[in-house]
Amino acid sequence: MVKTNSVENAIVIVSNLSFSRGSRKIFDDISLNIQRGKITAIMGPSGTGKTTLLKLIGGQLAPDYGQIFVDNQNVHTLKTADLYALRKRMGMLFQSGALLTDMNVYDNVAFPLREHTRLSESMIRTLVLMKLNAVGLRGARDLMPNELSGGMARRVALARAIALDPLMIMYDEPFTGQDPISMGALVHLIKALNSTLGLTSIIVSHDVQETAEIADYIYVLSEGKIVGEGTPKELEKSDSEWVQQFMNGNPDGPVHFHYPAKDYLDDLLASQ
Amino acid sequence: MLEFFENLGKITLGSFAKVGRGVFFLLHTLGGTGSVLSRPNLLIKQLYSVGVLSFLIISISGLFVGMVLGLQGFYILSDFGAAESLGVMVAASLVRELGPVVSAILFAGRAGSALTAEIGLMKATEQLSGMEMMAVDPIMRIITPRFLAGFICTPLLAALFSSIGVIGGHMVGVGMLGVDDGAFWSQMQATIDFQKDIVNGVIKSVVFGFVVSWISLFEGYDCIPTSEGVSRATTRTVVNSAFSILGLDFILTALMFGDT
Repeated sequence: MVKTNSVENAIVIVSNLSFSRGSRKIFDDISLNIQRGKITAIMGPSGTGKTTLLKLIGGQLAPDYGQIFVDNQNVHTLKTADLYALRKRMGMLFQSGALLTDMNVYDNVAFPLREHTRLSESMIRTLVLMKLNAVGLRGARDLMPNELSGGMARRVALARAIALDPLMIMYDEPFTGQDPISMGALVHLIKALNSTLGLTSIIVSHDVQETAEIADYIYVLSEGKIVGEGTPKELEKSDSEWVQQFMNGNPDGPVHFHYPAKDYLDDLLASQ
Repeated sequence: MLEFFENLGKITLGSFAKVGRGVFFLLHTLGGTGSVLSRPNLLIKQLYSVGVLSFLIISISGLFVGMVLGLQGFYILSDFGAAESLGVMVAASLVRELGPVVSAILFAGRAGSALTAEIGLMKATEQLSGMEMMAVDPIMRIITPRFLAGFICTPLLAALFSSIGVIGGHMVGVGMLGVDDGAFWSQMQATIDFQKDIVNGVIKSVVFGFVVSWISLFEGYDCIPTSEGVSRATTRTVVNSAFSILGLDFILTALMFGDT
């Protein structure tokens, strides 16, 4: 019996979700809840559809079966205008940062404010500088995206994601490819923003240590199913082989080191 | 054999699906016209990058095409003792055909390919997805201003091409080969018809501008978001635009001048 989080305090409820790409099943009847005000991590090996899950929650993809509720609204039955209104309350941090390359850092952070509000430029300036200060990049406001390091680009994208003071932020692999200092800065920022702004955070990641450090609750996905869930401490003690292999980074286990192939000896001899 | 029919079916279905996506894309793009016109800055920026930056290539090409027309026209017409009609020949060739067609092909090569690459790279770097998640419709915010800019610029660039071409023809015909200056201009004025020649030429370039902008932006938006995907989409933009321009030119010419 899989444990479930309480539904009452959930901001995102995924129920019986199935999704396929072509003939490949990405999710097979999964259900999970994201608790309001908490940091929830979705973890799993590469290619398990973690990013796809974020796109499903954001309404960029539609499920084959099942429903996704965000703040009590069924994402995939909303009209376009209502979906856009809901997205204004969701921030998303893409793995690449997804900064607009023809604008400098300042204009990138100001972009959602200019698009969605009628605030004066002086008010926008104040807000942008506050958001940039929160991520430590107020001094980088005039740089263009191609002048930023990967870690800086992600921090600018984070400032942009919080520009409209969203209810929740979805982080897509925030720690991938970061040096230890940038990684530490991002871990600290995610935790600090979540507590000071009263956000809900969903982190999709396969960086076990960093994610377990800040997550309140973790779901482990593999082959379209949830193979484990719980607080980081509970998962450490889990008796599931899947969870143990993933959390400890064992090269072989339920997820095999070898891609499925015919017998090694037969294969070698076949060429003769 | 069965595999052949299977592949043929796949290609046919794929092509129909692409046409369908293209039509929905166009309708969505046109749907954003009102919001772009209410924010003219978006349009002005694109008019600059799509139109003004194409100014040089169009001007230089127009000049050389006009000069070659002057040269070739003079040699042919002087055989019949009709070298004074050079102005008519140069102007009619440019206004009716070469102006709209060549400027649209150059526009596809210069601006269309750039649009495809820009949109394709925005897709590959998740900028379009990022906009969607910021509740900004990327088609209305990014595509529509570029589409309108392309649509507005092409007839203007064609007019520029033809005008400079006429000057090129004059430089060679009158300046170098000794055709009478008065005859060059007066015969042109007397023969070139506003409705038949100029309006039809403008209609052609409006149609070409619409098609080239549509193809360029759709190829970028619909590309596979990888380096190879963007590169293929850029090639398709230039090839499909050129084919469409030439094919449509034949159809439009037949419709416009078929009864004369």
